[in-house]
Amino acid sequence: MTPLIAPADIPYLPRGVRLQRDRVRDITVLQAPERALRLDAVGEAILSELDGIRSMADISAALAARYDAPEAQISADMRDFLTGLIERRMVFVKGAP
Amino acid sequence: MKDRPAQPADIDGNPVTPGLPMAMLAEITHRCPLACPYCSNPMELVRAGAEISAEDWGRVFRQAADLGVLQVHISGGEPGARRDLAQIVAHARDAGLYVNLITSGIGITEDRLRELDDAGVDHVQLSLQGIRPDMADRISGHPGSWNKKMAFAEWVTRIGFPLTINAVVHRQNMERLPEMLELAEGLGARRIEVATVQFHGWADLNRDALMPTREQAVFARRIVDEGRLRLRGRMVIDYVPADHHAVYPKACMGGWGSTGLNVGPDGTVLPCHAAQSIPWMRFENVQDRSLSDIWHLSDSFNAFRGTAWMPEPCQSCERKSVDFGGCRCQAMALAGDARATDPVCSLSPLHASVVEAAEASAAGPTDSLVYRRMSRAD
Ligand code: SF4
Ligand code: SF4
Repeated sequence: MTPLIAPADIPYLPRGVRLQRDRVRDITVLQAPERALRLDAVGEAILSELDGIRSMADISAALAARYDAPEAQISADMRDFLTGLIERRMVFVKGAP
Repeated sequence: MKDRPAQPADIDGNPVTPGLPMAMLAEITHRCPLACPYCSNPMELVRAGAEISAEDWGRVFRQAADLGVLQVHISGGEPGARRDLAQIVAHARDAGLYVNLITSGIGITEDRLRELDDAGVDHVQLSLQGIRPDMADRISGHPGSWNKKMAFAEWVTRIGFPLTINAVVHRQNMERLPEMLELAEGLGARRIEVATVQFHGWADLNRDALMPTREQAVFARRIVDEGRLRLRGRMVIDYVPADHHAVYPKACMGGWGSTGLNVGPDGTVLPCHAAQSIPWMRFENVQDRSLSDIWHLSDSFNAFRGTAWMPEPCQSCERKSVDFGGCRCQAMALAGDARATDPVCSLSPLHASVVEAAEASAAGPTDSLVYRRMSRAD
């Protein structure tokens, strides 16, 4: 799978895509056109960080520090996870300012 | 049907365990300025006078959210035919639902679209009957529809709604699929849904004019596959192929009564939009009973839950929890029995005759269309 995001790119949730608590099932879902995607803890941690300001590299560094995990691993996971969502048009990307 | 079993049971009395619905289709009106010959509304259309109020919809949405529904698809008919559409949308957002507006784009002005933005529409899905005025206006039975749609699409983009184009394809327009993809891309759509006509209800009256040929089905598949590669990361293509040309049937909505429900203009609750084509099935109404009771306890929702009700060849087939034996309404239409294996399945004893009939229809005995109409004047 060719990645659709580079470390310096800024990922964000576009209009029409939002994180929402599913109070009935007690999980967090990503609400998007025609899809409500159940998120696991990792997915939720990543998507909660998207603020439209920080780059993927900034975010993976922050997550690596917070979870005391190897940054290379986190940034690879994040790249694959976000690429899947970019393919589905649930995450958009803008270049570094 | 009178004694309510304590334990929900399927049509044969086998116990079933209802899950939780994710999505609800709210067909808030059957009124529509268009007259598409494949309209998915029932043949027996609900009149304006029988439509439930915006407040009723508010109550239904709250009950749906309590039941686990996350998304509501507000559709019709043309939802814009209801003057209180913005109020209905606001009720859905207040209930915490994600609101998808499915529209023909006809009859909603730019001002109204801004109102709908304020009311909280999350996503707009615009139907496409064809490409350019000659084709689009003929198929929709509405002169001027193409130009109005294109203006509407511009407003959608200007306001900033995410947009999906919903293209229904059939023998009369399949060759134009490449142009439809181009159009959707040009409009900045995030998604295009390419759905081959499903032949029940109105579309069944038009089989001989709309049934795609095998060559067209192969062509569409190729255009979709190429498009997906070319547009990766820019536009999603969702594709519903012609199942008359497939080996196995399409899965029925992830299983009958498993993830979705449909509420009609008068509050009738259906397990699928075409369920009223099963003549013996009785449906309940949100005016009489809570959505939760209807979901968990009604005979209609429980009838085909699980897999125990399935006849052979489905019962001993390993795909029974993949496609759930196919579509119940198609089984009703083609086999005369809603419980039968979907006759488009290659394992069905009726398959050969179904394919033969489809090919005869596809050979194009006619191009003339029977349009959707209310049975008497409004
Ligand atoms: S499919 Fe056509 S006729 Fe049917 S509701 Fe939609 S726009 Fe109206
Ligand atoms: S026999 Fe039934 S379960 Fe098996 S593929 Fe055909 S429809 Fe599906």
